[in-house]
Amino acid sequence: MKLRNLMMAATGSALAATTAFAQDAAETMDTMDKGDVSFMIFSTVMVLFMILPGLALFYGGLVRSKNMLSVLTQTTMITALVMVIWVIYGYSFAFGGSSSAWWGGTDKLFLAGITADTMIGTFTEGVVIPEFVFIAFQMTFAAITPALIIGAFAERIKFSAVMIFTLLWVTFAYFPIAHMVWDGAGYIYNLGALDFAGGTVVHINAGVAALVGAIVLGKRKGFGKDMMAPHSMTLTLVGAAILWVGWFGFNAGSNLEANGGAGLAMINTFTATAGAILGWTIVEGTLRGKVSLLGAASGMIAGLVAVTPAAGSIGPVGAIVLGAGASIVCFFFVTVIKNKFGYDDSLDVFGIHGVGGIIGAVGTGIFTAPSLGGVGYSEGVTMMGQTMIQAQAVGITIVWTAVVSFVLFKAIDMTIGLRVSEEDEARGLDLATHGEAAYHS
Amino acid sequence: MKLIKAILKPFKLEEVREALTAIGVRGMTVTEVKGFGAQSGHTEIYRGAEYTVNFVPKVMLEIVVTSDVVDQVVETIQNTARTDKIGDGKIFVLDVEQIVRVRTGETNEDAI
Repeated sequence: MKLRNLMMAATGSALAATTAFAQDAAETMDTMDKGDVSFMIFSTVMVLFMILPGLALFYGGLVRSKNMLSVLTQTTMITALVMVIWVIYGYSFAFGGSSSAWWGGTDKLFLAGITADTMIGTFTEGVVIPEFVFIAFQMTFAAITPALIIGAFAERIKFSAVMIFTLLWVTFAYFPIAHMVWDGAGYIYNLGALDFAGGTVVHINAGVAALVGAIVLGKRKGFGKDMMAPHSMTLTLVGAAILWVGWFGFNAGSNLEANGGAGLAMINTFTATAGAILGWTIVEGTLRGKVSLLGAASGMIAGLVAVTPAAGSIGPVGAIVLGAGASIVCFFFVTVIKNKFGYDDSLDVFGIHGVGGIIGAVGTGIFTAPSLGGVGYSEGVTMMGQTMIQAQAVGITIVWTAVVSFVLFKAIDMTIGLRVSEEDEARGLDLATHGEAAYHS
Repeated sequence: MKLIKAILKPFKLEEVREALTAIGVRGMTVTEVKGFGAQSGHTEIYRGAEYTVNFVPKVMLEIVVTSDVVDQVVETIQNTARTDKIGDGKIFVLDVEQIVRVRTGETNEDAI
């Protein structure tokens, strides 16, 4: 079975054509199916659910109670900020329709020219969905990516620094990479890289930025000595569960229509995750003697991350292997390798999203093979060939984001400063930064 | 008048309360505390980060009684709370200078 071609190039440059010839197009070719539209609206809302309260609680439960509110607030504020930016210029920079390999241009600033009846293509010729729905769907992706990063510098970063970093980072890292990977004119897309729902665009991107941030900001005061255990594993599991449920919108929704492709993405999102949970917990249980809830939840997320780029092209049994493999590597990374390097990625953003994303993205090249249950490669592409392309995509993403993130973190540090004072860090960000407490005993 | 402070294992609290009520003790205050003596804490591991928790949860029972029943109360507490394992706790007896019942203003022995 051949891999379907993305319609992005067609939709981008032909969007003007679509609106101009809307009458003709509607009569002859393009069909807007209400099932597809309701599916996409639902998927979009599911991704919002992943951020609020999913990610908010997942991360929130992992920090100390004196910093719980700061995590909830940062997640909420980043979401709001990025959504506004997206509508103003983010969508245009990512999917504006320019022929540049690096950015989408300015044609769709303020969503110019788009109305409720404007349609955009899907992966199936002749099937369209309202462009506003696509814009909203992609908007939630743009919002969740910077929200993932906050785990790296939790419990010690300045709130204003988070906001400014988010604004600049989505502009110079997220929008360009989204364009390069997902837009028909994009550089990485044209290499033939496969990234169904954002292994590179979202997870590797956020993971690497997080690693850079953790290193630039330095460790939390008392790291390695003070008690920094999660204050609520209960809320963390609630958050992780919401992430898994919402991820069906993230992955299946990336199919842009409700057909077999969405069904494939859905089942992969089940099996990879289940395999990953078992992978992590079996290894942990064997090596440590105890299976932990944090381990199960971490394995869950690692599997979800790994299947993200692969959801549309691998098979459900291959997904189990990909999920378990990624999660086991993540396990060793966060328990052994991270400690060797000695940096403080508080909530293991790089360890799970970065490492999991890298394995998932490269693994997509392998497990898309028909022999392994996948949908198969484009004409003339071999497993080795696709895997090399995947590695290239991963490499470009890592370098681009690492450089942009480093420059931004340093610039912000040199101007307004990244960290709160030692006193504020000891008091807790909730009281120090927000003048609020998450809990009163 | 004496204040008896007993630090006990939390699961023993109900048994001790029942035993004290049976010998006529009519009031007590309980606080949740943490502490250690000979008992060691435990280790928690979160994704490879190991934390040693030295303090063990206990409950502290405080009772004020007349001096003549102190020995009986202390004996009752000790017999009921004892498990013969490390961490059973300790009982302290202190002097009380003055007592006032808030509702009526009664003082000292009349306020017990």
